[in-house]
Amino acid sequence: MSPVHRRAWLTGALTSAAGLALGGCDRLTSDPRVNSALEAGEIITRQAQRGLVGRTALAREYPASAISADFRANGTTNPDNEVYQQHLAQGFEDWRLEIGGLVDRPLSLSLAELRGAPSRTQITRHDCVEGWSSIGKWRGALLGPLLDRAGLKPEARFIAFFCADTLELTFDGSGDYYETIDVMDAYHPQTLLAYEMNDRPLPVAHGAPVRLRLERQLGYKMAKYVMRVEAIRSFADLGRGQGGYWEDRGYQWYAGI
Amino acid sequence: MGRRRVKKIDRPLPDGRVAIYRHPLLVRLSHAVNALCLLALLLSGLQILNAHPALYWGEASRFDRPFAAITQTTDAAGDLHGRLQVGGMEFDTTGLLGASRDTSGAMQPAAFPGWLTLPAQHDLGAGRQWHFFMAWLLVANGAIYGLPGLVGGRFRRVLLPRIAELRGIGRAIGDHMRLRFAHGEDARAYNVLQKLAYVAVIFGLLPLMVMTGLAMSPAMDARLPFLSEVLGGRQTARSLHFLTALSLVAFFVLHMVMVLAAGPLNELRSILTGWFVIGRKDRR
Repeated sequence: MSPVHRRAWLTGALTSAAGLALGGCDRLTSDPRVNSALEAGEIITRQAQRGLVGRTALAREYPASAISADFRANGTTNPDNEVYQQHLAQGFEDWRLEIGGLVDRPLSLSLAELRGAPSRTQITRHDCVEGWSSIGKWRGALLGPLLDRAGLKPEARFIAFFCADTLELTFDGSGDYYETIDVMDAYHPQTLLAYEMNDRPLPVAHGAPVRLRLERQLGYKMAKYVMRVEAIRSFADLGRGQGGYWEDRGYQWYAGI
Repeated sequence: MGRRRVKKIDRPLPDGRVAIYRHPLLVRLSHAVNALCLLALLLSGLQILNAHPALYWGEASRFDRPFAAITQTTDAAGDLHGRLQVGGMEFDTTGLLGASRDTSGAMQPAAFPGWLTLPAQHDLGAGRQWHFFMAWLLVANGAIYGLPGLVGGRFRRVLLPRIAELRGIGRAIGDHMRLRFAHGEDARAYNVLQKLAYVAVIFGLLPLMVMTGLAMSPAMDARLPFLSEVLGGRQTARSLHFLTALSLVAFFVLHMVMVLAAGPLNELRSILTGWFVIGRKDRR
């Protein structure tokens, strides 16, 4: 932190302490200085967890008996989108997953080709930001080898997922679901583009034909209805610049807690 | 540790009583920061709980079987009613839990009302931002308070009950029930119930808050899977996190009752300035 940042941070921290004590909650929670001070907590959390947890530590996996019978589907459960509905009607026969951006050889994969890629099956716990958890079995293509096949360029720092679902209707498309993760997480051995859930093709409510599984973070990071994957240098010019649909609306980009 | 520091000695007062230096600056400061953190953590925690006001046992949620939940229903006249379900019991909590009036007086569906959440309006992202910032502050504060206390022996000296004290616990309970407190030399040290309560909060409830909090983090779960396993699963950890918070609220209420009963001005002065006044002799 630069001295100026540190001072702003300290001022913010002191203001928040004083303000809370006085009970001026509304003014306090909408003060931009306070909110930038609170962001320091998010940065500390991310760095501490990244430092402690390491690149490849695996999320816990469970026996088949632990699978939830009532796995909840949040957000969009059937995208109201003509292109998507057409794909759905045709069983995703002509559907293609595009993998592009900062890669040497952009890929365009059919569902059958994706199923032929190196895969992994895992029974993991899905933790929603709201607080609930469900356990499910996922099978999908490992994202790391797919990126290797496309030839990820060294300047790529994030992987962006663009989805078929629109949660908020807007003229500029900023209501479309998208997500970004960093390259380290993209290469985690449990990071999948999942096409099967509980031994069946991924249901529409859970993101058919393909959703992201990012097991060490919360559910909103795991984009459903993924149509296009792009390697990027920065997410500043996507959506409102915060790195995802929910991040643009106040959620934390790093969702490890 | 105490050797090199100038020891604050007793100050005899003109009326025969004695002012003793009870709380060092570090304890007073960390107590204030702790109080602030716990208040903010409670309110932002309720904001987070509002996103899914149902608690479960085990690793995953069984949505049809929460052991506690706050819900709302709309009656035939279109009015909102709030309900709290705990185990097999149901309570109508309209006005407080499930459905409460907003600042304009309109009934709104919300598990916990806006005056109990941080921020007041529904905002899960901001609630989480507050919660984790204050959690870091709480842990940093706890370390600054706790390390010298452990290393320097202050905890052992001031907080650890002695065997003889534990034997006299029955009388101590009786004294407390009659709101009879020591005011003379005996008031120099915490009594056995105070010691037990403070030890339970400092070494029991607060560490349990942090442990159950960490057990809910999917990233930490990859590093420390035994945390969630020992606690009985992520949803159990989440429920315990809330029940422990309730225990802290109960401690706070008791703490305030005791402060009021034992002499609020004297207690308040001692936690702000460190000086606590005792009589020369116990009157009882």
